[in-house]
Amino acid sequence: MEGMSTIVKKITQLMAGLIFLYGIYIILHGHLTPGGGFAGGAIIAGAFILLILAFGNSALNLKKEVAGSSNIESVAILMVTILAMMALLFGIKVFFFNFLPKGTPGELLSAGAIPLYNIFIGIEVAGAILTIFLALVIFKEESSK
Amino acid sequence: MDALIPLFVAIPLISAFLIMLLGKLVKGFHRYFAPLTLLALLVMAVYEFSGLGTSSIQYTMGGWAYEGGFPVGIFMVLDGFSALMLCIINLIGFIALFYSLSYIRKYTAEGNYYALFCLIIAGMNGVVLSGDLFNLFVFLEVSVISSYALVAFGVGKTELEASFKYQVLGGLASMLILLAIGLIYWKTKTLNIADVRNVLDSGYSKPFYIFIQVLLISGFGLKAAIIPFHAWLPDAHSSAPSPISAMLSGVLIKAVGIYVLIRLFFNMFVFSHEIAVVITVLGTVSMVIGALLALIQWDVKRLLAYSSISQIGLVVMAFGMGMILLAKGDNLPVASLAIAGGLYHLVNHAVFKGLLFLNAGALEHRLDTRDLKKMGGLAPVMPVTSSTSFMASMSISGIPPFNGFFSKLIIIIAAINGKFYLLATLAVVVSIVTLAYFLKFQRFAFFNKSPGKSLEKIKEVPFPMSFSMVFLAILCLALSLLAFPSINDAVLRPAINVLMQSDLYSTTILGL
Amino acid sequence: MTVYILCFVLFLVGLYGVITRRNLIKIAISMSIMEFSIFLLLVLIGYIDNGLAPIVDPGTTGQVYVDPLPQAMVLTAIVIGLATTAMLMAIAIRLYRKYKTFDIREIKNLRG
Repeated sequence: MEGMSTIVKKITQLMAGLIFLYGIYIILHGHLTPGGGFAGGAIIAGAFILLILAFGNSALNLKKEVAGSSNIESVAILMVTILAMMALLFGIKVFFFNFLPKGTPGELLSAGAIPLYNIFIGIEVAGAILTIFLALVIFKEESSK
Repeated sequence: MDALIPLFVAIPLISAFLIMLLGKLVKGFHRYFAPLTLLALLVMAVYEFSGLGTSSIQYTMGGWAYEGGFPVGIFMVLDGFSALMLCIINLIGFIALFYSLSYIRKYTAEGNYYALFCLIIAGMNGVVLSGDLFNLFVFLEVSVISSYALVAFGVGKTELEASFKYQVLGGLASMLILLAIGLIYWKTKTLNIADVRNVLDSGYSKPFYIFIQVLLISGFGLKAAIIPFHAWLPDAHSSAPSPISAMLSGVLIKAVGIYVLIRLFFNMFVFSHEIAVVITVLGTVSMVIGALLALIQWDVKRLLAYSSISQIGLVVMAFGMGMILLAKGDNLPVASLAIAGGLYHLVNHAVFKGLLFLNAGALEHRLDTRDLKKMGGLAPVMPVTSSTSFMASMSISGIPPFNGFFSKLIIIIAAINGKFYLLATLAVVVSIVTLAYFLKFQRFAFFNKSPGKSLEKIKEVPFPMSFSMVFLAILCLALSLLAFPSINDAVLRPAINVLMQSDLYSTTILGL
Repeated sequence: MTVYILCFVLFLVGLYGVITRRNLIKIAISMSIMEFSIFLLLVLIGYIDNGLAPIVDPGTTGQVYVDPLPQAMVLTAIVIGLATTAMLMAIAIRLYRKYKTFDIREIKNLRG
């Protein structure tokens, strides 16, 4: 896959980091403002997709990346289920039990385990969307040969 | 509060993603881990089923149960009906997975196969356990999307085309279901099945709910492949790898189609005579047309797929008769008999249709063809496949002493007692037609002379495949024991009670 | 009432597309249009006139909020829709590789 023009590359260089940071912001404030794991994860995946589209990459490198992103996705979703079952380990027979202290509403460190769920769901969504995108790109690359 | 219930969803989910992770690092990891997972689930399901009796267990996620008298939490409900379904799902799942151990070797990317298989199981377990509408929809989509991928697993021309067709029609069905769920939420302001029933009991506007019910019948009818919504089924079920066909035909169309339809129409909506008649007519039509279409097929798996449509039609017809009688409010013992027959045939169909698809898979594995005209004379060279498929064919056509005979008999007796003489006649006729096309299958596959090719190279299938087939064949015989009233009472009675006393579901959950 | 009817019209537009288009990609797009008409309807179901976004601010009381539950449903349904669309696209690309065309009139091995 070829890259795009110099203008696009330069703008992407400037913007990708900001988009990435914005995604992290959305994920971390998921329990306070609209957004959360899914929206933030999609934004983070968007930053990666922008970079790949602008700079281009060979199908071989993309295959390495797709292996990595699908592994990250699997790890993240395992972490979510382990978090959900954490309370079972403590002897409370409740799935998805919020076992951490709740804190005061409206502060960043509050709502118990919800921010942790948001972080892992964010990683999972980013990994999943990137995997889907990369898989489709690799399909296209291989069929155009 | 039983902590085992969410594990039915969590264990297959975890194992699916563990297979994706560790399957790449440890060679052969998935081949041992996936059957173990399914075995554990089967043991859990049987344990829950045996300990349950006629009671029911509610489980709330995250400890959110009731807020001001309203059920705000996500409920999981295990009662007689869902426990029975859980047993069927995990039993057929385990058998099909054990069969896959040698069948799936010819494909690449085995790890993905096992992971998707675990996901399909997780989704179906979630559907039968879920106590609210939206989670039911989510779990349904989990299982159905993984089945889209599994149908296309062979990535040949026909597989891909069948999968695309299946996805377009399945997506349409999902949208109709989502629309109906949204409309229910609009009117009742709740998504909990028990709470919806509670709201409906205190009065409702009939035309609006008839509209919702028609949407749900079309949606779940598409998932369950009731004629006229059946177009995707013969393609999808015949193109998938054979263990997956066994899963799709044996379990998936029941868990996401029939189960949900029955659950919603018995335990959520108030019975209405019109809808009951519509369901009965749809069931009867698909029973008759499915059997007639099966008669003209020469592809083994397409024949079995059309036969699935026909048998599912019989089950739907039995439940429809029960609904008509319950809506009238008289003749309750006959309604109970019809429902018992429907449930019994549901269980039986899972077993023998699973077995028949595994047989078809064995034939395809050794002969590389699904065309009946190219087979023949296989009985001496493949004795296990031949004898088990003979048992399954006799069972599905309703020959005593196999299980299919007794369930069909119960349905026909119920139809006669309920004065549905036409339906009883049609059921008998369809049973004869079923016998006809299964004799055709037997004759052309196993007893006819071979068309030219020498049979010496063909061997019996390897151990995992033959073990699964023999196990299900024994089950075909063993399940006929359910015809005895005492055993029937122990196994099917809890599920029948759930459906007969349709108010009980909402009152136990809401604690009224 | 008009908005609900418009949602229904959008749904019919999608259905028309699924039925009449011959291109695999266009069928997938029509499916997405149908999906999003239902999402719009769900969000509208939860809408309350002059309602605020459902974020509880610790300082204020007595506000009217729109119903957050349909919004959560729509968010979940969007995720599901993403998975379905991705599957459709993957299958469409695979089909393209086998047949060298997106036209469903030329992709017909199976009938019935």
